[in-house]
Amino acid sequence: MLRIENLEKRYQTGDLALKSVNLVVPKGEVMALIGPSGAGKSTLIRCVNRLVEPTGGKIFLGDLELAHLGSSELRRARRRMGMIFQEYALVERLSVMENVLSGRLGYVGFWRSYFRKFPQSDIDEAFNLLQRVGLDHMADKRADELSGGQRQRVGICRALIQNPDLLLVDEPTASLDPKTSRQIMRLICELCEERQLAAIINIHDVLLAQMFARRIVGLQLGSIVYDGPPDQLSSDVLTQIYGEEDWEATIEATKDLDEDEADVIVAAEKVIAKRVAD
Amino acid sequence: MNSSVSTRRWQRPPFIKNPLLRWGLWLGLAIYLALAFGSMEIDWGRVAEGATRGERFIAAFFPPDFTSRWSSIYEGIMESLWMTITSTVVGILLSIPVGLGAARNLSWRPVYLFCRGILAVSRTFPEIILAIFFVKLFGFGPFAGFLALSVGTIGFYGKLLAEDIEDMDPVQAEAIKSVGPGWLQWLNYAVQPQVMPRMIGLGIYRLDINFRESAVVGIVGGGGIGATLLTSFDRYEFDSAAAILLVIIGIVMAMEYSSGYIRRWVQ
Repeated sequence: MLRIENLEKRYQTGDLALKSVNLVVPKGEVMALIGPSGAGKSTLIRCVNRLVEPTGGKIFLGDLELAHLGSSELRRARRRMGMIFQEYALVERLSVMENVLSGRLGYVGFWRSYFRKFPQSDIDEAFNLLQRVGLDHMADKRADELSGGQRQRVGICRALIQNPDLLLVDEPTASLDPKTSRQIMRLICELCEERQLAAIINIHDVLLAQMFARRIVGLQLGSIVYDGPPDQLSSDVLTQIYGEEDWEATIEATKDLDEDEADVIVAAEKVIAKRVAD
Repeated sequence: MNSSVSTRRWQRPPFIKNPLLRWGLWLGLAIYLALAFGSMEIDWGRVAEGATRGERFIAAFFPPDFTSRWSSIYEGIMESLWMTITSTVVGILLSIPVGLGAARNLSWRPVYLFCRGILAVSRTFPEIILAIFFVKLFGFGPFAGFLALSVGTIGFYGKLLAEDIEDMDPVQAEAIKSVGPGWLQWLNYAVQPQVMPRMIGLGIYRLDINFRESAVVGIVGGGGIGATLLTSFDRYEFDSAAAILLVIIGIVMAMEYSSGYIRRWVQ
């Protein structure tokens, strides 16, 4: 679904944030991108939807090359990419419903969006999504009245109502407590599975990444230094990504958690399978 | 044992590092103030004379006479209110495109400089200078006052709008941009909600300013209650002038009270 070839980003300050990154994310795959602060994780996903302009290389979404699109084509391409942000990035003075519906802006004309006269199908989908994340009773609350976890759920709805092919997720749990973090990660992964979405999740919490992603990519100083399954993240690999530190505790903790999580994931998969069958 | 450890002293570093410059600036300021106040010539005899004249002047204000010139007071007030409302509406409408253009994070360089130029020019001249200018161009009357206040409003509102947009949260704006909206949709969903409450408050505040200024522009020929006030002074009808002043004070207080109420309500 997403193919990145020799992607390079040099900021105007001269800092080389990405050095010839190559990456393929197939349909339906949830990939976690880990790495220390300043490794270029945020830059990488922002280059994909061109909130940051890449300075070299190519990015393909399906067959469409993104790095050299003109502004109106870029607009159309952005509709196919949903993004979830670190600090939720909801428009605080708009209602929950307006925030969710803003995900459809690329599809409706100016006056319809100005008078909030969205097509009934969009409104139905918005209520479906809000119900799915358990917030349909909050539709007319202002976004700044919600708690962190609730806001991130609204952020997820805004991204999904775009009906995207690809989900770009930037540190979704960085401002959440550990329990809410897991709930949010689980929700994102379940929804990706349901909709067969490709997703890149930037995350600095190695444990969470290992718990929820099938594939982990480690970025260090703008280069990919690890690409593989979560259970092969060894002490050596973590040292290579983050630098010297005692990693054994982290790896042990993951093993314990994996057993708890396995039950939850099995349960979730049963539910999904049942839904598909229905 | 502790006493043998030398204590490390700490002081906040001074804002101006060079002590010579630091003390020199203070000394310079002291000398200038001493000279400035020293050169003020106060003739206490004239102050005393003025005080008795002021007493007579104030006595002439009482009792205020609302009745004998009521029709011209009423006309003046209506003209001032018309001037206030039209110039606020027109000024704000015109200042929106200028303010958008003058926000560094929204527009590109040439547009930014052009719009900043418009704002700088309209802010350079106080309303009374603008009124004199427009009276010369279009003749006496409220139209000149309306134009003066409109231009003043553009400078005031446009600059504050531009600054409010520059201070907005870029992440919210980025999030809306990432879904692929049109530019106007982006303004409507990402920018407008962030700046609106403050801009409504400032709009009401500007209405308030424009009403008070409408009394001033009348004095140079811009129409409105200022013209009526000037006429009554020229005719030595201080009791009518007092009535006009009371009406102005009443309206300003009413606006002040309601604007505070509305601002609390939009927040």
